[in-house]
Amino acid sequence: MSKLEEHTEQHTHSYSIYILVWLALMILTGVTVAVAGINFGTFTIATALLIASVKTYLVLSIFMHLRIEQRVFRVFVFVAFLFFLISIVLLFSDYSFL
Amino acid sequence: MSIIAHEHAAESHVHRDDVGSRMGMWLFLFTELILFGGMFFLYAVYRFMHQEDFHVAAKELNTIIGTFNTALLLTSSLTMALSITAIQKRNRNLSIFFQVITIILALGFMVNKYFEWTSKIHHGIFPGSEELLAQNSGQILFFGLYYVMTGLHGLHVLIGMVLIAVMTRLTKRGVINADSYVKLEAAGLYWHLVDIIWIFLFPLFYLIT
Repeated sequence: MSKLEEHTEQHTHSYSIYILVWLALMILTGVTVAVAGINFGTFTIATALLIASVKTYLVLSIFMHLRIEQRVFRVFVFVAFLFFLISIVLLFSDYSFL
Repeated sequence: MSIIAHEHAAESHVHRDDVGSRMGMWLFLFTELILFGGMFFLYAVYRFMHQEDFHVAAKELNTIIGTFNTALLLTSSLTMALSITAIQKRNRNLSIFFQVITIILALGFMVNKYFEWTSKIHHGIFPGSEELLAQNSGQILFFGLYYVMTGLHGLHVLIGMVLIAVMTRLTKRGVINADSYVKLEAAGLYWHLVDIIWIFLFPLFYLIT
């Protein structure tokens, strides 16, 4: 592959995979609304956040092209989320005495 | 003479780094993560401290409007992604069509938000109102966070709409085309981030019962 080709390298998803992801996102939204009525105690918020995380993963990997993007992008996003997670853990070690 | 020849060579060479452009956009998105992240931290701490009040306050919010808005935003993310595939497949008119649909869906989201906010304000629930100040501190905090977080998110939706409208114009003029569409991709990345933030705002504000 020449240098120029590398610059303009096509990274394409087909129309159909986007529509599939959209369907999955809509179904997950339905699930999260349906499940919200049920009281799982402390797991209620965990369930909602878990579903939101799955939806976020779908958007990041397919809609935002991370799956077909160069590896360095995935590393960047992973590190960003890792630090975000560390902040949350530290925050709650202060407030809930985990 | 050699300098002139060199300049000519530089002119004919197109300076483009699409990967670098997308990386720049992602770096910007990380700053957005920090901006909204700080607010999610505030939400987490206050919810932990005022669990009962948050549950009572959340009942005031309309789950149906919230769910409808979620569907609108998810669909607008779909059409945004489709517009990029369309331009890659050299189908300019289809790409423009998808971009316009994206803007219309975003407008629908904002119209819903407008009615939602105005109905809250008519009921006397807005920051500093007598009705709200008479409630428990947890409920005051819930609505404070509600207005600030959905407000900031709404501002992002507005900015996204303007951004996509500019992209539509650039696509019409042929600046964005099948061989150069990184601008549209960057706008798309921004739009999907706005979608992700709403994916978390929706259950945290509308679905705690």
